[in-house]
Amino acid sequence: MKSIAIDPITRLEGHGKIHLFVNDDGSLANCYFQIPELRGFEKFCQGRPVEEMCRITTRICGVCPDAHHMAAAKATDAVYGVIPPPAAIKLRRLLYNGFYAGDHTVHFYALAGPDFVCGPDAPPGERNILGVIAKVGLDAGKAVIAQRARGQRVIEIVGGKKIHPVTALPGGMAKRISKEEQEELVEIGKKMVEFAKFTIKVFDDIVLANKAYVELILSDVYAHQTYNMGLVNDRSQVDFYDGRVRVVGPDGREHCKYEPKDYLQFVAEHVEPFTYLKYPFLKKIGWKGFVDGVDSGVYKATPLARLNASEGMATPLAQAEYERFYETLTGDKSGRTPVNATLATHWARIIELMQASEATLELAKDDEITSDKIHNPPQGIVGEGVGIVEAPRGTLTHHYKTDEHGIITEANLIVGTTNNYAPITMSIKRAAEGLITKGSEITDSVINRIEMAFRAYDPCFGCATHTLAGQMPLEVIVHDAATGEVVQSASRN
Amino acid sequence: MKGSRQRRFRHDYCIQAGGHVSKPKLAIYWAASCGGCDIAILDIETKILDVADFFDLALWPCAADFKYKDVRALPDKSITLTLFNGAIRSSENFEIAQLLREKSVVLCAFGSCASDGCIPGLANLTTRQDIWDYVYLKSPSVDNPQGIMPQTLCQVPEGVITIPEMWNTVRPLTQVVDVDYIIPGCPPQSDKIAEVVGAVIDILKNGKPLPPKGTVLGAGEKTCCDECQRSKDVKKITKFIRPFEIVPDPNLCLIEQGIVCCGPATRSGCGAKCVSAGVPCRGCYGKPVNVRDQGAKMVSALASVIESKDPKEIENIIAAIPDPVGTFYRFSLPESMLRRAQV
Amino acid sequence: MSFEPKILSILCNWCSYTGADLAGTARMKYPPNVIGVRVMCSGRVDPGFVLDALRLGADGVLVCGCHPGDCHYVEGNYKCMRRIPLLKNLLQGLGIDPNRLRLEWVSASEGGRFQEVVTEFTEQIRALGPFKPQEWSFNPVETVAPHHERIAAKAVPA
Repeated sequence: MKSIAIDPITRLEGHGKIHLFVNDDGSLANCYFQIPELRGFEKFCQGRPVEEMCRITTRICGVCPDAHHMAAAKATDAVYGVIPPPAAIKLRRLLYNGFYAGDHTVHFYALAGPDFVCGPDAPPGERNILGVIAKVGLDAGKAVIAQRARGQRVIEIVGGKKIHPVTALPGGMAKRISKEEQEELVEIGKKMVEFAKFTIKVFDDIVLANKAYVELILSDVYAHQTYNMGLVNDRSQVDFYDGRVRVVGPDGREHCKYEPKDYLQFVAEHVEPFTYLKYPFLKKIGWKGFVDGVDSGVYKATPLARLNASEGMATPLAQAEYERFYETLTGDKSGRTPVNATLATHWARIIELMQASEATLELAKDDEITSDKIHNPPQGIVGEGVGIVEAPRGTLTHHYKTDEHGIITEANLIVGTTNNYAPITMSIKRAAEGLITKGSEITDSVINRIEMAFRAYDPCFGCATHTLAGQMPLEVIVHDAATGEVVQSASRN
Repeated sequence: MKGSRQRRFRHDYCIQAGGHVSKPKLAIYWAASCGGCDIAILDIETKILDVADFFDLALWPCAADFKYKDVRALPDKSITLTLFNGAIRSSENFEIAQLLREKSVVLCAFGSCASDGCIPGLANLTTRQDIWDYVYLKSPSVDNPQGIMPQTLCQVPEGVITIPEMWNTVRPLTQVVDVDYIIPGCPPQSDKIAEVVGAVIDILKNGKPLPPKGTVLGAGEKTCCDECQRSKDVKKITKFIRPFEIVPDPNLCLIEQGIVCCGPATRSGCGAKCVSAGVPCRGCYGKPVNVRDQGAKMVSALASVIESKDPKEIENIIAAIPDPVGTFYRFSLPESMLRRAQV
Repeated sequence: MSFEPKILSILCNWCSYTGADLAGTARMKYPPNVIGVRVMCSGRVDPGFVLDALRLGADGVLVCGCHPGDCHYVEGNYKCMRRIPLLKNLLQGLGIDPNRLRLEWVSASEGGRFQEVVTEFTEQIRALGPFKPQEWSFNPVETVAPHHERIAAKAVPA
């Protein structure tokens, strides 16, 4: 038997590794996706004052610190049993939607876009952001950079700092917004909505107009029958900041809809010895290994999962696009039939980009955000709280228990990407099975197809592994497991 | 670290065979970090074009293709500048730190993780075993009836696969390899990064002397308080409160309002962003000039504002400061005098 | 070999150092475990001195100053009075028994008191046992061999 190690460099977990074990006849025996680092936040947060969690847990991720900031803020609100004033909630939502718009933009254009815009089999030298710019025009490149800067600016105005915001605290927010800042935010919101419209058009022209791409999206290699998780508001619409968690099966049936505080009844985490990361699964169904279907507890939490778990979007333009999405892919615009094609996640992400942009504008225009009533200092303490938000990369759960002084006695965190650890592994395996067959060569295009499978998830341990060339630095080494001898290696240059 | 003789370094452009211009090489690497430092570098926006013009990227995992073996194949000292972010907490981090030290002329500890250990360094309040026990066995959502733990060497049915060894003690880069300069902050503020990059390019272009080894770049010589716009009287306090318990006066020093703020024990350079936004400083720029231990400095700073001459009363006032160790050493426990808790 | 505590005592020039001197000239016996360092005032005692002493091998630190109200510099010993309890809390957080640090007021005429304090504190530290900072130094020798090679050396071929 041969073992193939694919070694990408990864953003958050150091250096992720994919091992493919190939039988003597060239077929795939098994695949392992390892996360080689653990930092131990859950343990070392014990003993810290709970209000500091908003500022400690941001350091879990420099790409999405805003998600941790908000989940922590909501969990600490619950620990102190305090409800922030309406203006503070609006400010938090504003920060969060601005962040979403920037984050989704980067992923689509720089990381995922090249596969479609340039084509999955384009030479790596062309399959990159520069290739995207070549296809859609230089102005588009500038627009992407400007859009990213806009997202950062919203965070800076509302959150106090571009990276690792600081202003959320139990009972509300610490920083007031001036009239001038509000005017700037409105301008940003307007430009964001324009940009989202432009992005939808790019996707239309380049992807949907191309029959081969639509077939690729819907092909079996990239299909997965897993449960879908996402936050929804009272009207079952996608909500990034607040609501209940709804889980819908691959057949479209609702599995559960829970309040954040009840998450332990529905989610558990499985441990494997070859990796530092745990695998979340649906508790009521159980861990059945890396398998598809309604009888397996594996679920995904991605933009696609959020759309599948909801019954619509919360803003008008996004809703129109939602209907078109389902009509195109399932023939049913209500969205009751889930889309199980992993690659459709990119389209779903653009629909979310539209909702985030519309929401940013709507909140920026609301005069209440300049109110000085943005903090209700807590009066008592409950001693336990759960805060859930949708990080761009999946449902993010923060759960704290404290003593009577608000000092943490126990912390549990289920981080966005972690939810998708099992489905990502399955997607890699599926792609590898389809591509690595008896006696096949490991070519650049094979590596890219394997990459595409998990690039759709925008995993935090993968989001940064892409080069400017829109590709992950991968090295595939095939060696004979019996002798350890390298028999073949292929890499990108 | 003493500044020995002044080092000069000029990069001479040369046209090599084939018309290729050799540019100085730049490497940016992350070890145990969150990625925020890389984002901060991207945030220098237009300046990034100067960087791309002036340097050849030897490696930047977040933006350029790279493989370890390519770096191993480079001659020693062939990378002009390496910006290294992230703390050292596993065998793999250490290996790459050594590799980049060998290959780089100038190695910079970039950001709080590399210079002080930062928030991941709070893991030094506990042990690897306790972290594992909690995460894999006791956490409320874990389902692990067989008590499986990660294994650096794991026998799976098809063969053997490995993961890096996790250390018991998190260390800043400065403790494991010889470091030339330090750029502090969590993350370093983009305007400061732009300044440093501009200065580096100037030095390399014009052969100016390098700053003495060990210099802290991209930060000030004073404390965060010096940058803070809030007014400071010499008021004494009789009660500490937690940051969320009041809506603080926006124009008055937070410590004088009874809120623990690490401004007096923190190097200037961030532009006092957090205090301007209404929340106390937590010390991400590390210890100020001539201070050896951020926690010790905080003890002195807070003790000096307490208004009491009665030991019992002092005890009570101090008891209201929750978690001194996790607050005073929020960003610098691995770089502190004792480096870790004795547990 | 039985454990002999190493104790650093930081003594204020005006009261406690003179008090210690008096204990000596009056031939009062006290344990030889204490190494004295003179500072001009207990207000000069930077909390960093205490941490540094522990790092460098002290098992305990004794700080002595003038009685409250008697400070040569009027307020110096009050600064010390406020620092030490906060520093003890910090030590507790670092997993170090706060009883390894002690603050006592000893005036220039209290040689006998100095003798008592030192004797008692030495026994207290003896009971606490030696203090050695864990994993303070970094030993690259253990981690020099690249990780994968060391792992491979342990590996059993499948």
